[in-house]
Amino acid sequence: MPTTFLLNGAPVSVGGDDPTRTLLDWLRLDRGLTGTKEGCNEGDCGACSVVVTDGRGTRALNACILFLPQLDGKAVRTVEGVAGPEGELHPVQRAMIEHHGSQCGFCTPGFITTMAAAHLRGRTDHDDQLAGNLCRCTGYAPIVRAAEAAAAEPVPDWMRDDPARALSARPAATAAAAEEAGGPTAPSSDEAAPPHATAPADWGRRAPLAETSAACGADMAAHPTWVRPRTADELAAWYLAHPDGVLVAGATDVGLWVTKGLREPSPLAFIAGIEDLRFVEVGEDEVCIGATATLEDLRPAIAPLHPDLAELIRRFGAAQVRGAATVGGNIANGSPIGDLPPALIALGATLHLRQGDTRRSIPLEDFFIDYGKQDRRPGEFVEAVSVPRQTDRLRCYKISKRFDQDISALCGCFRITVEDGGVTDARIAFGGMAGTPKRARAVEAALTGRNWSQAAVDRACSAMAEDFQPLSDMRASAGYRLETAANLLVRYFHESAGTAARLLEVQP
Amino acid sequence: MSVGRPIPHDAAVLHVTGTARYVDDIPAPHDTLHLCFGLSDTACGEIVAMDLAAVRSAPGVVAVLAAEDLPNSADTSPSAHDEPLLATGRVHHMGQPLFLAIANSHLAARKAVRRASVEIREEPAILSIDDALAADSRFEEGPRFYRKGDANRAIAAAPHRLEGRIEIGGQEHFYLEGQAALALPQEGGDMVVHTSSQHPTEIQHKVADALGLPMAAVRVEVRRMGGGFGGKESQANALAVACAVAARVTGRPCRMRYDRDDDMVITGKRHDFRIDYRAGYDDDGRIRGIEFRQFARCGWSQDLSLPVADRAMLHADNAYLLDDVTIESHRLKTNTQSATAFRGFGGPQGMVGIERVMDEIAHALGCDPVKVRRANYYADAAPGDAAPAPAPLDDGRDAPADTHADLTSRGTTETRGQPAPPPSGAQTTPYHMAVEDFVLGEMTERLVESADYRGRREQVRAWNAGNEILKRGLALTPVKFGISFTLTHLNQAGALVHVYQDGSVHLNHGGTEMGQGLFRKVSQVAAHRFGVPLERIRITATDTGKVPNTSATAASSGSDLNGMAVKAACDTIRDRIARLIAERHQARAADVRFGGDRVHVGGESYGWEEAVRLAYENRVSLSATGFYKTPKLEWDRIAGRGRPFFYFAQGVAATEVVIDTLTGENRILRTDILHDCGASLNPAVDMGQIEGGFVQGAGWLTTEELVWTDKGRLATHAPSTYKIPACSDRPRVSNVSLWDGRNREDTIYRSKAVGEPPLMLAISVLMALSDACAACGPHYPALDAPATPERVLAAVRRAREGAR
Ligand SMILES: Cc1cc2nc3c(=O)[nH]c(=O)nc-3n(C[C@H](O)[C@H](O)[C@H](O)COP(=O)(O)OP(=O)(O)OC[C@H]3O[C@@H](n4cnc5c(N)ncnc54)[C@H](O)[C@@H]3O)c2cc1C
Ligand code: FES
Ligand code: FES
Repeated sequence: MPTTFLLNGAPVSVGGDDPTRTLLDWLRLDRGLTGTKEGCNEGDCGACSVVVTDGRGTRALNACILFLPQLDGKAVRTVEGVAGPEGELHPVQRAMIEHHGSQCGFCTPGFITTMAAAHLRGRTDHDDQLAGNLCRCTGYAPIVRAAEAAAAEPVPDWMRDDPARALSARPAATAAAAEEAGGPTAPSSDEAAPPHATAPADWGRRAPLAETSAACGADMAAHPTWVRPRTADELAAWYLAHPDGVLVAGATDVGLWVTKGLREPSPLAFIAGIEDLRFVEVGEDEVCIGATATLEDLRPAIAPLHPDLAELIRRFGAAQVRGAATVGGNIANGSPIGDLPPALIALGATLHLRQGDTRRSIPLEDFFIDYGKQDRRPGEFVEAVSVPRQTDRLRCYKISKRFDQDISALCGCFRITVEDGGVTDARIAFGGMAGTPKRARAVEAALTGRNWSQAAVDRACSAMAEDFQPLSDMRASAGYRLETAANLLVRYFHESAGTAARLLEVQP
Repeated sequence: MSVGRPIPHDAAVLHVTGTARYVDDIPAPHDTLHLCFGLSDTACGEIVAMDLAAVRSAPGVVAVLAAEDLPNSADTSPSAHDEPLLATGRVHHMGQPLFLAIANSHLAARKAVRRASVEIREEPAILSIDDALAADSRFEEGPRFYRKGDANRAIAAAPHRLEGRIEIGGQEHFYLEGQAALALPQEGGDMVVHTSSQHPTEIQHKVADALGLPMAAVRVEVRRMGGGFGGKESQANALAVACAVAARVTGRPCRMRYDRDDDMVITGKRHDFRIDYRAGYDDDGRIRGIEFRQFARCGWSQDLSLPVADRAMLHADNAYLLDDVTIESHRLKTNTQSATAFRGFGGPQGMVGIERVMDEIAHALGCDPVKVRRANYYADAAPGDAAPAPAPLDDGRDAPADTHADLTSRGTTETRGQPAPPPSGAQTTPYHMAVEDFVLGEMTERLVESADYRGRREQVRAWNAGNEILKRGLALTPVKFGISFTLTHLNQAGALVHVYQDGSVHLNHGGTEMGQGLFRKVSQVAAHRFGVPLERIRITATDTGKVPNTSATAASSGSDLNGMAVKAACDTIRDRIARLIAERHQARAADVRFGGDRVHVGGESYGWEEAVRLAYENRVSLSATGFYKTPKLEWDRIAGRGRPFFYFAQGVAATEVVIDTLTGENRILRTDILHDCGASLNPAVDMGQIEGGFVQGAGWLTTEELVWTDKGRLATHAPSTYKIPACSDRPRVSNVSLWDGRNREDTIYRSKAVGEPPLMLAISVLMALSDACAACGPHYPALDAPATPERVLAAVRRAREGAR
């Protein structure tokens, strides 16, 4: 079935012959909408940002790593659609002119769309909202002044897209085909409430559907190279039948295989719309996170429980990346420098995998076998990850050359339980220190059962070299990684004693 | 009155609505082809075999060209004719273009080039400064020297001595708009090229050369660039030449843009430098004698490296009077991207050298670095000092004979006759130029007060005493930057102005717009000359068919040169109108005034449109060219003597930072800047240059690290690994003010150039980080650049334990 969405307020449908065509290329080449710029073609500069609205709200996303099938049922607004129908400037546009927020202007359309999305949501954490937009000319100060100036202005009416109009605009033929196949024509996914508000209570207990359901079947019939399953059951069935298939969630990793690796993965299953996998359920005993929950879904839900994890997520990519990137993708990708795994491992997370009707749960750290190798069977996918409810002792330390939107050189996550001055339990995991996210077992052992003292910490630090023999690369040398990993334990010790050790909290 | 007002960028409305057109946005005929280079995966070696059959047969490919398929031996160098468009026999760096795929889409071309099978016999590559020194691999026959006094003797005689070394990394331009070009073949073999280039005349010259055409058969147009920063002075040549050649071969329009990763591995960057220094100084920190040895890693071709290295030498003094000084400069040839122009053009590296020395002397003496800096400053010019009358220009030199010579490129080198010696008794630079317009003494005093430097120095000390893990640092550094092209003949500019019968004004000049606000400033000048509102002035794309033989928009010279040329053109037309009106009223032309959209004579006045109509009806020409050349310049680059600069732009910055001594992470807390733009043509545009230049400079010295593998592969070839400042990296607090002085030299409305100088204000960040590291122990931290967390942590260790 074609992909139907609103483009600057008007419904459009695109065919499905080329499922990895990016929104950016389509806008610029097919639609002649050249306001949206390409600055990097890999999600890092924000020049291609567009405003995307669906039932879960509005956010800015990077068009260069958005595949067209991901847009079904959504509303897209490019810079050309940020001004009103009569050419009225949006408040952020006016403010950018008045505050001299553009010089060469090439980054400007991306800033305008990102600012318009933030403005619509009333966000005033400008540094975070704009962290994914690079500007080489202005030094950002005038842009932030513009964002501040526009904040109080009302949201123009035209910015309030109603994605339901995209759904109702679906070509009749396809709707009929889907209906014929006995499936739902307008999946309710896009109207669902925010994920942390309502999670499916019967998660993991529902009987799986053995057969591929209609929506997925209609997809498959029309485009044998890709599907857009609507439920975990549909995905399970399809993946079992196509174990060589590639799952695309947020495409913030897969996108680069295509735009930079020039690969043509096939067949594809676009899974970000699977609503019964998109939840963050805070229960009595555990927090359960569905695979297609985005980082941006997870952040507010986890903030009250583990503020340091929320702060780590704040520094994960930038708003455009977090709005697309999924928790499942971050884990399944198996990268040694993914940021969530060390934090989740330190929290004692369990990974829930599913292959067809079969489910299994394993400690998250066991999933990562070796560099590029995970404990995942053919046709098996990540359904969720859960962490036990616990007293918050988690500290997450991400070290990178730049604070925002940078990949970790190393990321150390610590959860050390101290009772009556003695360490009763220590879970410490690192990213960037080995071929996989990995626990520092020797360090944990050196601490456990000891007094929580500088001496014990020093001793444990020297055990770091037993746990890790990191590599040197463009992010840091092996020596720096090892030295800093140990120093992060020192930082944890100081923080637990109340010593100021947070650079970002220092005020001028 | 339009001059001096903070008017927004001329294209601001187009920018914010996404309607400003960049090269890749220009609609092209539907049969336009797209190009992509196939690149070398080896840094140094001989091409043994290149099988391109699979590229040719790839979907969408129309043609594939290798060096031997080119009609003329197309070259893209701005200087030594040493950069073949496509490799001929040998490869000199990883990322060098080997062949060109021409396909019916950008994506098809990119996919096709990966199918090539190329065999290169690899040879040991010269990658580092040490490699190059060991192999004596260099440009020019040996090092260059500038000398004043006797450094060696003065150092030996000084009460204290120190010596050391600083490594300074390069910098990727990361213009947001990657390189791009579009060539449209014309009748009779002519070519029209749209390019994102700071130097349209250079493009015209290289394209004409590659096509075997006279320059008059090639027209180059540049409306705007999405950032340049020096990276589009010579680096745009390859795409324009490739498009023109492919258009010639296929007879179809051709366009090309580099994918970001290609852009980063193909194009040159800021030169990385090593600077060794040896200084003798007294108890006050006053330098008695100093020697610098500058090593510049130039990459594989000459490009603009000689004038870049010259400018590094020319700024080795920065703001300090050095009586006995030797500056030695090595221009090293390596198997890496050919380093090129980048905002400051070597000046920043030269300045970092002496700022390091100031920092180290202050550390050794245990006194405040501002005191040491002040002790070494040039003396301020006396307030009423007028600029001396311009010296006559010697025009009797020979033009280079080489027919390929890039006369309008900074890469051209010339040796000149004996410049006149500076006036006796003048304070002079190491290259014997009198410094007559120094104002940094007073500016520093003002900033020390406004930034509460002394009070905060105490607060930092106290804060550090109470904090074990986090340390703050504070530093104040000056900038004195020489304004003019050091290749004297480039200091000229032309303009073309038409006034149409409806009173609208078509404005054209040789400068290019890359975001710096040049078009806005120049239009303010035009509006001011005619006394009409800005809306009457139409700014048009830079076009080699309108203004010929232009210099690159570089060396901060854009508004100085083009502003003057536009003024001259406007005045020609204005004077013609004035004469006509004067005649009608039996008045003198000099008494006719232009202002308020009217032309005034005696007690009467004409509306602008009416005056223009009258002029037209009376057969007065309403079109004029304007021309300007900078006076007073005389420079001998080999001897290191003369007056390469018309004047100096100056500024001073105080920056406070905080570091984490466990990880080396760091950030800027506050910056106070006082910068001298002369009488600003547009304070908003100038503030933008200052704030933006500072952050770009801070990126260069902190997060922006270029890493090559031991095979010569650029490992940081994308924004995922190369980190320019993001929004939150700007100073938490930033107080920028303009120094309200007028340029004592006769520049356009007494303004000063502002493009490059503010970048160097960011040296205060590096020195503040050094100060924070020094708070960790007794030893000098000797912090190198860029100060990544890793380098800061190493410097903290040196401060604690001493150098090992
Ligand atoms: C600009 C930018 C910045 C980034 N910054 C960070 C950062 O700071 N920290 C960090 O950790 N990462 C970062 N990333 C990487 C990326 O965003 C994350 O890894 C993200 O979580 C991937 O999620 P996704 O949904 O986009 O995955 P996708 O790209 O859709 O998929 C990634 C991989 O996981 C597989 N997959 C996806 N979902 C499942 C599933 N449910 N079951 C089985 N397999 C699945 C896919 O087949 C694929 O192999 C960044 C990426 C970009 C482009
Ligand atoms: S083009 Fe840079 S993020 Fe998309
Ligand atoms: S204005 Fe040039 S990159 Fe932002």
